[in-house]
Amino acid sequence: MIGRRWWAPWLWLAPAITLLSVFLIYPVVDTLRRSLLNADSTRFVGFDNYKFIIDNPVPLLSNTHSAILNNVLWLVLFTSFAVGVGLGIALLASRVRYEAVAKSAIFIPMAVSFVAASVIWRFMYVFDPHIGTINAFITHFGGHSTAWIQNTNAPQTWLTSLGPTTLPDPIQINNLALIIVGVWVWTGFAVVVLSAGLRAISSEMLQAARVDGANEWQIFRRIIIPVLSPTIAVVATTLVIQALKLFDLVWVMTGGKFKTDVIATLFFREAFLIQDFGVGSALAIVLLLAVVPVMVVSIRRFQFQEETR
Amino acid sequence: MEESARGRIATRLPSPADPAAVLGGGLKRLFIRLPLHIVLIGLAIIWSIPTIALLVSSFRTPQDIASNGWWNAFRLPLNFTTANYENVLQQHGMGRAFINSLIISVPATLLVILIAALAAYAFSWMRFPGRNALFLVMVGMLVVPLQMTLIPVLRLYVRLTPNVDMPILGGNLFGVSSFAGIWLAHTAYGLPLAVYLLRNFFGSLPKDLIESAYLDGASDLGVFFRIVLPLSVPALGALAIFQFLWVWNDLLVALTLLGDPRLYPMTVNITTLVSSFGSNYQVLTAAAFVSMVVPLIIFFALQRYFVQGLLAGAVKG
Amino acid sequence: MASVTFDHVTKRFDETPAITDLDLEIADREFLVLVGPSGCGKSTALRMLAGLETVTRGKIYIGDRLVNDVPAKDRDLAMVFQSYALYPHMSVYDNMAFGLKLRKVKKEEIRRRVTEAARTLDIEELLKRKPRQLSGGQRQRVAVGRAIVREPRAFLFDEPLSNLDAKLRVQTRAELSKLHERIGTTFIYVTHDQTEAMTMADRIAVLRDGIIQQVGRPQELYEHPDNIFVAGFIGSPAMNFFDATVRGEPESLQLDTGPFHLPIPREKAAGLLPYRGKKVVLGVRPESIHDSDFPRSGVIPVQVQAAVDVLELMGNEVFLHLLSDGVSFLARVDSRTKAKPGRKIQVLFDLGEMHAFDADTQQAIPLDKPF
Repeated sequence: MIGRRWWAPWLWLAPAITLLSVFLIYPVVDTLRRSLLNADSTRFVGFDNYKFIIDNPVPLLSNTHSAILNNVLWLVLFTSFAVGVGLGIALLASRVRYEAVAKSAIFIPMAVSFVAASVIWRFMYVFDPHIGTINAFITHFGGHSTAWIQNTNAPQTWLTSLGPTTLPDPIQINNLALIIVGVWVWTGFAVVVLSAGLRAISSEMLQAARVDGANEWQIFRRIIIPVLSPTIAVVATTLVIQALKLFDLVWVMTGGKFKTDVIATLFFREAFLIQDFGVGSALAIVLLLAVVPVMVVSIRRFQFQEETR
Repeated sequence: MEESARGRIATRLPSPADPAAVLGGGLKRLFIRLPLHIVLIGLAIIWSIPTIALLVSSFRTPQDIASNGWWNAFRLPLNFTTANYENVLQQHGMGRAFINSLIISVPATLLVILIAALAAYAFSWMRFPGRNALFLVMVGMLVVPLQMTLIPVLRLYVRLTPNVDMPILGGNLFGVSSFAGIWLAHTAYGLPLAVYLLRNFFGSLPKDLIESAYLDGASDLGVFFRIVLPLSVPALGALAIFQFLWVWNDLLVALTLLGDPRLYPMTVNITTLVSSFGSNYQVLTAAAFVSMVVPLIIFFALQRYFVQGLLAGAVKG
Repeated sequence: MASVTFDHVTKRFDETPAITDLDLEIADREFLVLVGPSGCGKSTALRMLAGLETVTRGKIYIGDRLVNDVPAKDRDLAMVFQSYALYPHMSVYDNMAFGLKLRKVKKEEIRRRVTEAARTLDIEELLKRKPRQLSGGQRQRVAVGRAIVREPRAFLFDEPLSNLDAKLRVQTRAELSKLHERIGTTFIYVTHDQTEAMTMADRIAVLRDGIIQQVGRPQELYEHPDNIFVAGFIGSPAMNFFDATVRGEPESLQLDTGPFHLPIPREKAAGLLPYRGKKVVLGVRPESIHDSDFPRSGVIPVQVQAAVDVLELMGNEVFLHLLSDGVSFLARVDSRTKAKPGRKIQVLFDLGEMHAFDADTQQAIPLDKPF
């Protein structure tokens, strides 16, 4: 542009650059620094804090292994449930006239805070079967009431009855109960995105397949899934990021007690309650390292979509 | 839409002279599709039950809540009350917390939109060295988990906090336990996504329009306020809704940066209620529902923007 | 109102040249059309003048004022874009008033000018509408109206008719000419359509690969194209070109095209004399090739036999795609022609209207005395 001073763009960018420097760039550098210092950031300790995370020396106070494994459990179960259920609902809803209403019902939980969702589900999970909806339902059909939030046992399933009496560590009833809350909140997101993807599949393509003699299952397997797979990937990466950064839900539901800690809640306790800034910062760096590759993939794809649009 | 069109065609196919066939076809079709309806409606009900349970319980008396399940609430005689709401709003600080949530969310939303729009305008319509690299760095900030920034920001705030109260609103003027402090933090956290979305939207506006405005005598500020912003209302709306809800529903940032209970937004307030009234559901249900009112209103009133906003913003976290 | 001068202007994008040494003076009140195929740099030239692109080298003047470093908003030019660039969120009235409001013109004065322009363009009843409620032709008028109310020093048009249908385009061409006559301001008009250039321009500048090929009045370009490119670009259907060798004695020169030999009329021979034994390019416009059944008077006819390949009926005339020993050319003949596809036909080349070009330099070989 003729007549625009060279510094004009920087004036427009200045507020954004300033805020990002203070609230994001400086903290990342500072966290990196503190992760190599001791609890009150007065002495250099090398990689001792990372060693602490790997060695897990005080499992009763801050169980780093359990937190990491819980994140992995969330990542796998939360993502696959939300995508799976979301895909099912999107497919079903696309075949009825009340699609919008059905989808709204699923999507509403996205609007409320994890804090509110936690209250809602603590209430659902109340132990007393006269009050807790879930336990009332189970006891109505002859089951036993369960303390969903406190119970660290593995669920009794056909797997446990087969032979190995214990399932791997993080698979415990309360973790699953928390994951259900996460799925309840995020399935709506999956449904809306996948529905948009489904709508992009032309009815002519499906009709052509029917004319070619494909049955409904083959259409699903050979046409819908392949065409929808980029959309599924978008949903999945988003959910993976959510699973990794998970904090509010666990914090309000259990406070990380009963071995439900994830990296973010453990970090928060280390940093602000135990006041060990060294271990806290190291946990934050671990979280960053876990998120970066997923995020890079998803930004790349975002850009790719922009360019090919 | 398409499905219903196809459905109409299918029912019209039998000869119109034979109404029994039409009716029979419709019934048969309904019968075949019955499992579909049952599963879908069932899922929608299951998804709604937790929210309905909360809503219903929040209007029950403490005695009722403690003695039997919410599904008994519709037995006659009906016994609903608004006492729980009066209670949480007055005695448990939810009234003040509601105001605080508004005081925190509205400026944080407006600020992020203004600052991101300025940056996005520069990225879209100005040429300067390092433009693409800087844009990538800004968007790349999306990877930083919020948690990570909290210790350094808190330390910085502790150092910068003046011992001056903010008149009217309460709390400090800046730094720890100040509204200004949390506005800036939320604005910064919202920027990477907002800059990304707005740059893409601004960049999709026709170049001719911008150039035409320059020729008409508009300066950059003129083009920004008179052309770019008015044409970006859909994108700004979606972004505003997302950012507003994000701040409104945030727990972590508020929990860290606001030490003063007078400043607590509803999320923090409810969290403290949960730890002190763990099973006191007449308090918790009403409190939770108070915090949900605004998001639900936005959801029902502005559903299209709302969905777009959440979809666009889902990568943030 | 002002003259516009491009003084040896060069524009490069990175290292790719878009405009090379553009030297052009446009008089005050002139209607100048910059014409050329897409990618020839004509829009870049216009955008440099508008202040939307920087100038790499050279100077641009509006009137006496050097404007290289003057921002677009201070050049006092108005531009009609190909897309019309109407502000979609403003009413027609606000679209037209926008530039005046920014220049702090008084409200009553804005109202007066907008209403007057709207009356001129017959869009008074559209003033309250939004651009999306208008047809393509109406949008085009609003875009012109927005330029008029500004009362700028010069109007710039960037292919403003290319989004209109054929009929509307013809009509709008005439209206733009009338508008130019009435408001008497400099018009600089960019198009790839030579018909628009021919019908509206006072002067045409033909541009190719960023280099000016020829500047002149429409008739001048049609009758005396400076080179093969201009000859082929101006006129529709395009001129036929034949590779030929100049043969024969000085007093009876012939052009040997391979399939046929054409005796060069004496009044054209002088220019070709130096080319004896050399290759030249012969140019004959389709309208200079006649059906031998319907000869015209006042021509210098040379008979050629050819096979009819395709025949296009235009109503008032017929386009014959002809083949003669592998050389194809087009003739624009009387509609009463008896030519039929696949049949042979005798046509007459009017060599009084012939053009000849140097095969190496592509430049025209002067055959007549220039006027």
